[in-house]
Amino acid sequence: MIVRIFLIHLLLALCLAGCGRAESAEAEADAIQTTLTNKGSDTMVNLALAWAEEYQSLHPEVQVSVTGGGSGTGITALANNTVDIANASRAIKAEEIEAMQANGIDPVEFVVARDAIAIIVHLNNPIEHLTLEQISDIYSGKYNNWKEVGGEDRPIVRLSRETNSGTHVYFLEEVLRLGDSDSNTLFSPDTLLLPSSEGITAEVRDNPNAIGYDGLGYVTPDVKVVGVAAEPGGEYIYPSAETVNNQSYPIARDLYMYTAGEPQDVEKDYLTWILSAEAQAIVKELGFVPIATP
Amino acid sequence: MRNWKEIILTIAIRASGYSAILFVGLIFIFLLTEGLPTLREVPLADLLGQRWYPIEAYFGLLPLLGGTLIVTLGAALLAMPIGIGTAIYVAEVAPRSLREVLKPFIEVMAGVPSVVLGFLGMLVLAPYLRVNFDLPTGLSALSGALLLAAISIPTIVSVAEDALDAVPRSYRDAALALGATRWQIIWRVTLPAARSGVLTAVMLGIGRAIGETMTVMMVTGNAAVVPKGLGALFSPARTMTATIAAEMGEVATDSTHYHVLFFIGIVLFLISLAINVTASSVVFRSRKRAERILS
Repeated sequence: MIVRIFLIHLLLALCLAGCGRAESAEAEADAIQTTLTNKGSDTMVNLALAWAEEYQSLHPEVQVSVTGGGSGTGITALANNTVDIANASRAIKAEEIEAMQANGIDPVEFVVARDAIAIIVHLNNPIEHLTLEQISDIYSGKYNNWKEVGGEDRPIVRLSRETNSGTHVYFLEEVLRLGDSDSNTLFSPDTLLLPSSEGITAEVRDNPNAIGYDGLGYVTPDVKVVGVAAEPGGEYIYPSAETVNNQSYPIARDLYMYTAGEPQDVEKDYLTWILSAEAQAIVKELGFVPIATP
Repeated sequence: MRNWKEIILTIAIRASGYSAILFVGLIFIFLLTEGLPTLREVPLADLLGQRWYPIEAYFGLLPLLGGTLIVTLGAALLAMPIGIGTAIYVAEVAPRSLREVLKPFIEVMAGVPSVVLGFLGMLVLAPYLRVNFDLPTGLSALSGALLLAAISIPTIVSVAEDALDAVPRSYRDAALALGATRWQIIWRVTLPAARSGVLTAVMLGIGRAIGETMTVMMVTGNAAVVPKGLGALFSPARTMTATIAAEMGEVATDSTHYHVLFFIGIVLFLISLAINVTASSVVFRSRKRAERILS
């Protein structure tokens, strides 16, 4: 009997859902007047998608389509006029601006969010801060004991995200290789590659030997965040919305959107909305750092 | 009328029998078409390299092969004695009433989702091993092997117990009449008589262990290190299955990395094929010998 009631409800629910969708799809088809195309950085793809979904639910007459492919791909598409907004996890290069101006396009830059990586260790680890170079040497396998960087006599267990994560690639380029594009330093082969942020946090929380990194938004209070200095002898900075926004924290980058010329109409409205507190809350949810809204 | 039914049923049963072969064939062809381009794109010397770091085009398979081998062997060495021992206890030693309770319990254990075991392993087993074995980290081949043993033991027990139970009562009675002790009956009569079933049980168990992905990905640490010696059991390892699972989602279709992942699939397929062929040839040979003695 219970099973039958359940089935009837299920059928009803399915029917309602089906009918509802059909109607709203029709309504949408009538209402959509403008389509915004948005392409570029893979790091930003989830963020851009979340923004697009939220914006579409607020403005059903606008459709935002998001694709990845990489920052370079997005900027090239903007130069060829095949996309409305380009996403980039790096600033546009001088030669890219020249190429665009040759096509009669003047790119306009918007910093839409920031991405910072926190270095985390166990709460009982006496290490309070490290220089970028020390972190690089730990991850490349040069240092294998915490006492080599001024800690206890314990083996270092290196934790990293899997290679398919954008954070992994950014960490490789900016920390391990210290931003030097000619360097081919690699992660030490015995670096543990964990499939999730949760895996890294769990291991760091429990294991006093471990060091890990994670997007600032994923850091929980039961691990210790290490201060980082860009240069040996430099000031140790702890990551926070403030130090990321005033650019004193070294392992952080701006995330950009570019438009061809000053944005008009829907484009302008979309970018204004992205800089609003409501859209910046989504930034925080996805583990990025919101920009300070005026 | 009856005849028609018979014919249709025969055809249906034959078709389902052949379809299994067909599907395995199709899967293998698919693996080959997606994986073999690897041999054209990556030199063999690179595939035999010590370093797996696909985003910088290091495609050395040795660490992955070694990782799978050490985790699976560890699991098999743990699961085989425990599994067969439990099966013998349940089939031969335990009183009938206890058996009625034990058997369903073991079969329920086989149904525990591997992700649940992986979670337990990550939060309980790994920290426990780190503290008690004084390891740098508990996310190691050992944790993987222990959990895989836990996953394959129910399969081994269940199948091996059925095989032991199928040994005719008259064998035991005859041995008893000859004055054999209970241990002698188990070791010299029941176990050899059920040998092919027990071997199948072990193979199924190992098959389960070698193909297991989720648990392994969560607890072995996934560090692609070529295992050197026994100490490797206590350090992190990266298996072939975990590599495919972790990397397939983000890889660009038809890239070299994509082809190499399918190539790993081919290697896994061949390994399990080799295990099955060896097992069935052993079973076949022992049966022939038994038949010779009987005749």
